[in-house]
Amino acid sequence: MSRLPTGGLIDRGKTCRFRFDGKTYQGYHGDTLASALLANDVRLVGRSFKYHRPRGLFTADSSEPNGLAQIGDDPNVKMTTVELHDGLNAQSQNRWPSLKYDALAVNGLLGPIFSTGFYYKTFMWPASFWEKVYEPLIRRAAGLGRLSGKTDERAYARHFAQCDLLVVGAGPAGLMAALTAARSGAKVILADEDFRLGGSLLSQNIEIDDRPASQWAEHITDELASMSNVTLLPRTAVFGVYDGGIFGALEKQPQTDGYRVWTITARHGVLATGAQERGIVFGGNDRPGVMLASAARTYIRRYAAVPGQKALVFTSTDDGWASARELQNAGVEIAAVIDPRTAVSPDLQLGLDAPIHLGATVENTKSKSAHKILARMRAADGGVQMVPCDTLAVSGGWAPNIGLACHLGSRPIWHDEIHGFVPGDLPKFLSAAGSATGALTTSTVLQAGADTARQILEALGITPKAIDIPPTSQAAHSLAPVWQVKGKAKAFVDMQHDVTASDVRQANREGFQAVEHVKRYTTLGMATDQGRNSNLNGLAILADARKVSMADAGLTSYRPPYVPVPIGAFAGEHRAGKFRPTRYTPSHDWAAARGAVFVDAGQWKRAQYFVKPGETHWRQSVDREALSVRTSVGFCDVSTLGKIDVFGPDAGVFLEKLYINGWQKLAVGKARYGLMLREDGFVMDDGTTSRLRDDFYMMTTTTAQAGRVFQHMKYVHQCLWPDLDVHFVSVTDQWAQLALAGPKSRDVLRQLTSADVSNEALPYMGAIEADILGVPGRIYRLSFSGELAYEVAVPTRYGEALCNAIMDAGATYDICPYGTEALSVLRIEKGHAAGPELNGQTSAFDLGLGRMMSKKKDFIGRKMGERAHLNNPSRPTLVGLKAKSPQALFQSGAHLMPQRADTNAANDLGHVSSAAYSPNLQCHIALGLVEDAENHMGETLRAVDLVRDRETLVEVVSPHFIDPEGERLRV
Amino acid sequence: MSRPELKASQDAWANYVYLRDNPMGPHEELWYHGFGCGAWLVVTRNTKTHEVLSVKAAKP
Repeated sequence: MSRLPTGGLIDRGKTCRFRFDGKTYQGYHGDTLASALLANDVRLVGRSFKYHRPRGLFTADSSEPNGLAQIGDDPNVKMTTVELHDGLNAQSQNRWPSLKYDALAVNGLLGPIFSTGFYYKTFMWPASFWEKVYEPLIRRAAGLGRLSGKTDERAYARHFAQCDLLVVGAGPAGLMAALTAARSGAKVILADEDFRLGGSLLSQNIEIDDRPASQWAEHITDELASMSNVTLLPRTAVFGVYDGGIFGALEKQPQTDGYRVWTITARHGVLATGAQERGIVFGGNDRPGVMLASAARTYIRRYAAVPGQKALVFTSTDDGWASARELQNAGVEIAAVIDPRTAVSPDLQLGLDAPIHLGATVENTKSKSAHKILARMRAADGGVQMVPCDTLAVSGGWAPNIGLACHLGSRPIWHDEIHGFVPGDLPKFLSAAGSATGALTTSTVLQAGADTARQILEALGITPKAIDIPPTSQAAHSLAPVWQVKGKAKAFVDMQHDVTASDVRQANREGFQAVEHVKRYTTLGMATDQGRNSNLNGLAILADARKVSMADAGLTSYRPPYVPVPIGAFAGEHRAGKFRPTRYTPSHDWAAARGAVFVDAGQWKRAQYFVKPGETHWRQSVDREALSVRTSVGFCDVSTLGKIDVFGPDAGVFLEKLYINGWQKLAVGKARYGLMLREDGFVMDDGTTSRLRDDFYMMTTTTAQAGRVFQHMKYVHQCLWPDLDVHFVSVTDQWAQLALAGPKSRDVLRQLTSADVSNEALPYMGAIEADILGVPGRIYRLSFSGELAYEVAVPTRYGEALCNAIMDAGATYDICPYGTEALSVLRIEKGHAAGPELNGQTSAFDLGLGRMMSKKKDFIGRKMGERAHLNNPSRPTLVGLKAKSPQALFQSGAHLMPQRADTNAANDLGHVSSAAYSPNLQCHIALGLVEDAENHMGETLRAVDLVRDRETLVEVVSPHFIDPEGERLRV
Repeated sequence: MSRPELKASQDAWANYVYLRDNPMGPHEELWYHGFGCGAWLVVTRNTKTHEVLSVKAAKP
């Protein structure tokens, strides 16, 4: 065990038993999985992505590149962020068959083929190898973690919040900013990804206000928690900054193991995101036991977990020396402190009982096990010394965490004193404070937090309360930039993606100069840690290779999300049946009770067909329904059609802007078919509109386009003709509308209403308001099927009653309900265009409706619709298609080819758009769009269906298969 | 917003239907309040900074 007997912010009274790779260990409440593993001497935690090199923990925070685990169904969970709990079961990743013996470690010997850009170079040829050989190979060998393939049952939620000040990060800057704002009465949200607030204070051996830093943090946190104007969000990572002061945050909820996505609208945001310690790039810098000096200190101070027995400290910062002292205080033997600087403050060496080498570097490491490192040191005089140790603590400098600062496109600027990038010009609602801006000591960071908050409060019109900056015991701080120790051994820049210093240099030699290109070519910084440990070091190597300054080499862009967010967390409860609303027709329950099979039509559930006892195939039901309409009577729920009431003195004028045909002269009590174009001249939608009163039209749209047409109407009214005195409202959900169709439909209708529905009183295309079953309703004499037919509308709540009444009234005629399949059969037989023909690529001319385009008025799409090539007979236009032999099947999507010609795009004459079996014609028929249709009329073509591997001979005919003269409509 | 007259040339119409300016800086755009009241809005936005400079209803 490597647990110190005392100390740490762990609860030794609460032990947690957990499993890692099948073995059981014990840790404490307050541990992370990483610290608990370290306390149990587990130093090998993963294998690397490309070379399968053994890896240990490198950090103690969310930037961890190596310690990735599979926990439950979740891959790629950072061990450093997992709050230990009793029963936790984690597996290591990227190893086979086991962590200790990995068959793919041989990849390390194949280094040359895995060099920079190996994806681009190695797996190129032959192309046929891609699907069968390369892709499965790459997928098995590479890839971080595995998805379970199971349905994600986790609890996800979404939450929305507003505040005056959102503080991101609860370290010294964040706590002071939050405290200043909270005491001044502002509404504050303080979010931190850690489960314990305090940030760097939790692992620093300094005093604030005469008490240990972690106790001060706890004290301030307690005060904030007691205030009603403060919301504390531990375990919450702010992952994105969006326009207008909107922040996305991911809260881990340990109670449910779920996540909650917060959308926080803040008047102002403070990024107190701190800084990230950088490693140094040297040979073998990825061995288990090599870790950031600050991480070693964190494991000791926060978790009382000692990373090893004998540590070598390689540092170019004063802070690295503080970590060395921390290691020594924890009883770790210090093998040496190696600092590339030739002179450091003598104070640093006080109390350190270790050999000290200034002006020296670590060039390389060797390792025979996860518990032994042999470091090769190059001393100031050029001499070489081998230093044995088991832990190598590295400190190469500090990189401010600026990711969130850059989400809205702000470019970071180079800071010469800290040798890193700091936030540049920020959006008006955003500030950064503390180490995130390059401040190095705790006292300046505390001051910056308070100052920043005060300035923001003043700008927001909130009077800030004065606040004392607590004194701290931390000394001043200096550092020198050391990016890389050059050598021949593999020196890793990006450990998660196994990108080495030589990869970056090679990319540069191959002509990749821009940092964005180098990133993509080498995959540097593209793993789940988003390069938080590697970007700056990679950039330094690139700048060195290009012989330009860091500032000139530039930095890659940062985009949301800053931390990985499960897709499910974004979806929240909007999944499975709740992905979008489901709309039910007024007859839904009625239909379900009568054997209806439902089909999705956008958000709607529509009855597709009704299965009667004895029917075993859907065609039996559909043929029966369609024949019933042609020979007797049937009815169908058409409530899903978009229904829009259009009122006002200018209603007719308005409709004439929308539709290609005339409306002002339509008589009251009459309906008319209308066709709507987009402004570019192509068909947008169609439907019938009835004039029920002088200033009141009832308009219908197709089911699919209802929402879009309504939006278009608003555009036409509000943006193009705002002076028109017209109002319109969607009433789709207010009316249950049933199509009653067939030669006997009038006989049925008579029993439902007291209104005169004789042919004389209500002729074809008549529309009346009428009493139906004793309630105010409407009757439209419209026909989609081509038979004598009506659409009967009653308020939605009477829809089911109307169904029952129609069934009773039609019993003597053997009436039956029909679904969308029969509806489609009937309209194809009649040659009516619908969705598959109104496909956004057809003109009015293409649908045989060119003559409907008025020459007397302006309307949307007129000018562009009149273009000659949209009215050219060589365009594919609407035709009927009929199978040559009665049993021959063909379906929509098939392409039409001449009989004696190759099947290729050049010979393609058009396609089958809507197909059905016609029980009336007793063969398969279809509508289609065929080029130069007039000249192909009567011709036999091949309907070639490459998807279903079928070819059928079809005859090109008129689309009006049934009653071309329309006599049945008018009886 | 400036829909051509019917008698305008095909070029003027093609320009209206298909061609859009893409300036860097302040730019007038039409936005639709789809999840709200259904109003079309004239939004003046700086395309470089995404700063919204003014918003007014398309129909006064």
